[in-house]
This record gives sequence, C-alpha cells and structure tokens, in this order.
Amino acid sequence: MDFSMTPGTFLFEAWQARFSLLNGLSVTIGSSAITIVLATLLGILVGITLAYGWWPLRLLARLYVDFMRGIPVLVLILFTYYGLALFGINVPAFWAGVIALSAFATAHVAENLRGAVQSVPAGQMEAAKSIGLRFDQRLRYVIIPQAFRRMLPPWVNTGLEVVKGTTLLSVIGVVELLLASQQVMARNYLIIDFYLLAGAMYLAVNFALAQLGGMLERRFSYLRY
Amino acid sequence: MINYHFDWSVIARNMDRFLAALGLGLGLAVISLAIGCVLGLAVAYARVSPRRWLSGPAWFYVELIRCMPLLLLIFFIYFGLPEFGIYFMDKTQSFVLTLSLYAAAYMSEVFRAGLASIPKQYVEAAKAIGMRPWQRQRYVVLPVMFRITLPAISNNLISLFKDTSLAAAIAVPELTFLARQVNANTFRVMEVWLTASAMYLATAYLLATLLRLVERRYASIR
Repeated sequence: MDFSMTPGTFLFEAWQARFSLLNGLSVTIGSSAITIVLATLLGILVGITLAYGWWPLRLLARLYVDFMRGIPVLVLILFTYYGLALFGINVPAFWAGVIALSAFATAHVAENLRGAVQSVPAGQMEAAKSIGLRFDQRLRYVIIPQAFRRMLPPWVNTGLEVVKGTTLLSVIGVVELLLASQQVMARNYLIIDFYLLAGAMYLAVNFALAQLGGMLERRFSYLRY
Repeated sequence: MINYHFDWSVIARNMDRFLAALGLGLGLAVISLAIGCVLGLAVAYARVSPRRWLSGPAWFYVELIRCMPLLLLIFFIYFGLPEFGIYFMDKTQSFVLTLSLYAAAYMSEVFRAGLASIPKQYVEAAKAIGMRPWQRQRYVVLPVMFRITLPAISNNLISLFKDTSLAAAIAVPELTFLARQVNANTFRVMEVWLTASAMYLATAYLLATLLRLVERRYASIR
C-alpha cells in the first residue's frame, strides 16, 4: 500500500470518496437502528403472545416465527421489494429492506423473549398472582425484570445480525456501506483496499455494539434470581 | 393484490430448474459444512491451546469472521483474491471457499464449547489406561464431543443452507438467483417468491426433522 497523497493511491482516493463512504455508513447505521427499534417493539408483542397468548393467536405467532426463521433474509428482502408493489404500496428500496429485516429480526427477538420469559421459575408468576397483581402488572413488575437479563445477550446478537444483514440491502440497490464502497471501487479499481476499509468500518460498528451490549449486561447483572 | 391473477404455469414450466437450483444450494451448504467442520476443529484446538502464538491468531480469526457481513466476505474473496494472483477459482468454488471459512469460525466456537464440556475424568481415565495423547483425542474426547455438539452442528447446517442464498450476489445459479431470473423474465412476482420461500422453508424443515432423527440415534451413548 502506498501512503502518498497522489491520485490513484489509497489515501487520496479514500479522501476523495469520504462523503460517499460516510453517507453509506450512515445509511447502514440508520437502517440498523430503525430495524432494531422496530424489531424490539414488535418482538416483545409477538414474544408475549408466544408465551401467554390465547391459543389461536399463539399458533399464528408460532407460524410467523417459524416461517421467518426458515426463509433466508435475502429472499425475504427480495420478496418484500418486488411484492409490496403488488399491494399498491410503493415504498423506496430502503423501506422495503427495513421492513423485511424488521420482520426477520422480530421473529428472533420474539423467540428469544419467549425463551427468557419461560425460563423464569413458575413460582414467580404464581406468587405475583397470589398477591393480586393484574396480568400487565405481573409482566411489568415480576416477569420482565427477571427475564430481561436472560434475553440481553441474544438480543445483542440479533443486533449484530441486523447490522450484518443490512449489507443485503445492497442487492436491491440501497446505497449502504457495501454498495457505496463498491461504487468507489468501480471508479478507482482499488478493490482490496476499499473492501478492507469497509470491513474495518463494519468491524468498528459491530465491536462498538458488542461493547455496548457488554456494558448493558454488567449494568444489569444485579437482576438475578 | 386486487387485480393480481395467479398463473402457476410459469412455475410448473421451470420446476426442474427450481429443483436443480435447490439441490445446488443444499450441496454448497453440505460441502461448506464438511470443510468448515475440519477447519473449525483445527481452529478450536488452536484456541484452547496454551501456546499464545496458536490461540491468539485463532481468536483473531474467529472474532474477525464473526464481525464481518457474509456478503462482504463473498465479494472480498471473489473480487479480491484475483488481485493477489489467485485466478483458478470459478464463482462456485470461490463461494464454497468463502462459506467454508465462514462456517469454520462458527463451528470452531461450537467445538470449543464441546471440548470444554467434556468431563476431565474422561481424559484422566484414558491416561490411566495408558492411551497416548492422540489416542485420547481420537477414542475418548472426539466421539463424546461430536455427540454433545450434534444439535449445534445441525443448526449450523440449516443456517448455512439459508446463507447459500447470498451466492446469488455473485451469480451462482442457486435458488435465489434462479428466482430473481425467472422473476425478471416473467414478472410473476408472487408465484416466483412464494415458490422460492416455500422451497427454502420445506427444505429447512425437512433438514431439521432429519437431523433430529440422527441426533436421537446417537444421543443414546453419552
């Protein structure tokens, strides 16, 4: 690698491409953040349905989760991208991708929440019932706080999967970090250098996210039974 | 959806291609898992080794691969290796190489956990009856470890099978690539993607059921 600042060297080209790369990085981070928030909210709903729902609803949730986990994310993304238009919903590729990724991550969060909630000893639920708490109070004050610590590590893993999954949005033409890097490479043919740069950026984002997860885990390590 | 008329004849006409593409994806997953298991076992032994010059690089390799998007790895190996003068691979071989390296990182974590979960007494007993180090591994540690890790191995096979869909990005003619092609040629959006989804789902489900049978067969000796 040549480190001088003349046209055709890595540093020069990277500096020239700084805005498109940073733009790609922001799209990657933005889509990941939206997906993680959506998937967490919906996943909590679906997960609670899986654990406590009325049985037809529970069956539906179970079918949804198993479907989502059996289909590759890329197929989901392509299906959503081409399929939504048929319903008369004309969304940009970015939103089609975010919807597909959220649908996928929702299933993972839901399954993870179900596991965590069911791993709380049954006596806790019974005790909460016997002191007369309503269902929402039992969840809010007794079950969720105890399940929270259990679901934290897999939740962080789902977050990492989502960040890595956003690369698939490049397939439907969303200019996120990977596609932005490839566009830069198409201009200057510095293939190795820019793939390594993109890799380092993903590594940085994922590493930061994993550290954040570790911090959360330590912060909530007192929640134990 | 109001004005959409289903026309499944497109799918029926292309069914042989769909099945061949599905078979290719399954084959890619199985080969990559096999290579990944061998590599992963080596990496797992390197990671539990007391020698820092072995465990350090192994740790770095696993963490690096696990933090990288698979699609980036696929592109890096497909477009990047020729820059280093490695020309002999076609796109399918290049994809198998990528998926194997990817699988190796994940399998090594599985095997590392498996190695750690083997009771010390097993190895001590093997020592006591005078087995050599490699005999202890071959006849005591590895058979037990494979039984313990079998469920995790089958999970990995299923997720590798789903990951073969990414081969579409470098035009390996597996199911997702074919579905995109047929979709572009015929515009039968719903039929094509429903078929592809159903095929992935059915195969994943079948694999899971089959592997559970295998697990039950071998779980008896613990």
